[in-house]
Parts: sequence; structure tokens; C-alpha cells
Amino acid sequence: MTQVTLRQEDDTLTAQLAGEIDHHSAAALREQIDSRVRAAVPAVLALDFSAVTFMDSSGVGLILGRHRLMDSLGGAVTVRHAPPGVRRMLAVAGIECKD
Amino acid sequence: MKAWNTVKITFPSKSVNEGFARSAVAALASQADPTLEQVADLKTAVSEAVTNAIVHGYPDVIGTVSLTASLLEGNVMRVVVADRGVGIPDVARAMEPLFTTGGPERAGLGFAVMESFMDTVKVRSAPGKGTRVTMTKRLGGR
Repeated sequence: MTQVTLRQEDDTLTAQLAGEIDHHSAAALREQIDSRVRAAVPAVLALDFSAVTFMDSSGVGLILGRHRLMDSLGGAVTVRHAPPGVRRMLAVAGIECKD
Repeated sequence: MKAWNTVKITFPSKSVNEGFARSAVAALASQADPTLEQVADLKTAVSEAVTNAIVHGYPDVIGTVSLTASLLEGNVMRVVVADRGVGIPDVARAMEPLFTTGGPERAGLGFAVMESFMDTVKVRSAPGKGTRVTMTKRLGGR
């Protein structure tokens, strides 16, 4: 089952993603993350993929959409702890993963 | 090449079926002794093709998506994902990376991912008649 756990520390909001990210599951993840971002307005949104077991390009869309949202709020997005399968997808999209 | 095993499934274009479709293909692929990376590649490409059918083939209605997965001689897997939806007016343009009509939350990388993760990808489409994506990948070799 896909889920996200949100944790705020100082000015960074970390979204710990888990499970399979596809077009079906991305909608719920997007709603939960955006709701918290709009309430907390963090300087950094850290998307942690360490517990993600599958991701197609819908996950890339999730990252790009959050980048646009954070940019509009004056903040930034970082992508962290992507496992090899997710890194392959990020490479196709030209997205850098910071561990 | 002749198929030695084939699975055909049809399902409504509901997003909840994306996971079902890629799992079904992975289960069939396991008969060809694939590597874990090959299975991951197959699942990703199938997820992209099925998502395209759901999002772009049937943007306003629930239609039928058909998936045919075959294991061919030479340990090649062929996957065909077809819909009878709206079709693609310009296939070449649709296959360009970052091109999308799916809104700001779509990356426009579906075909680029299929081409990157599979050995061959062919797309046939006609406006008003639907789209058919045929992909192959050689499995095994561990």
C-alpha cells in the first residue's frame, strides 16, 4: 500500500514515501503533501523515496508538481534516498537525487 | 517469432487497474527466468502504456483496455496494450519527451520511458479509433 508520512523539522518538511507510486496512487500523495505544505509553508520540501518499491513517470510528475508549488511559495524541493529502480526513472527525467 | 505462452486480459480504464496490469505481466515474465532488473523494466513500461490508455485514450469515459502478453521463442517477451479511445493525431509528436496533454501533474515521459526500458516500442494510432502499443524485451541471461 502506498503511503506518505510527513515530518517537520525546523524549516524542512520531509515526506517519507512508501510503496508503489503510479498514476493511481500519486493523486492521494499529492493531496496530502500539498495540504501540509500550504499549511506549514516550509523552506524545503524533502521527498524521501527510500521505502518506495515501484515508481513510473507519475512519480516524476509528482516531483515536478511539488517543485512548482514550492517555487510559488519561495521554497525548494530536494529528492533523497532513491533506491536503484527509482534512480533509473529519475535519470530518464534528468532529476538529481541528493542522499 | 512464435509464442509459447500468451495471456490476454481486458479491464475497464480505471486507474486502480494499473497495478494489476503490471503485476500480471511480471507474473508471466517469471516463466522466462528474467533478472530482477528486467522484471522492473517490464513493469514500468507496462504501467506507462496502461496509464496512457487510461489518461489519454479515454479522457472522459471509462472504456476497455486490452493487454496481451506473450513469451516468444528466443526468450523474448511481447506486450501489446490497446484501447479503442480517442487516438493520437500525431504519434511522432506524442512520443517526444516532455510532450503531454495530461496536465501539469503529468511528466510527458511515458513513451520515453517505454523506449528506454524496452528493446522495441511501436505505436499505431488513428484519431477516433484508438491506440495500440507493441513492446518487446529479451529476458533471461543471468
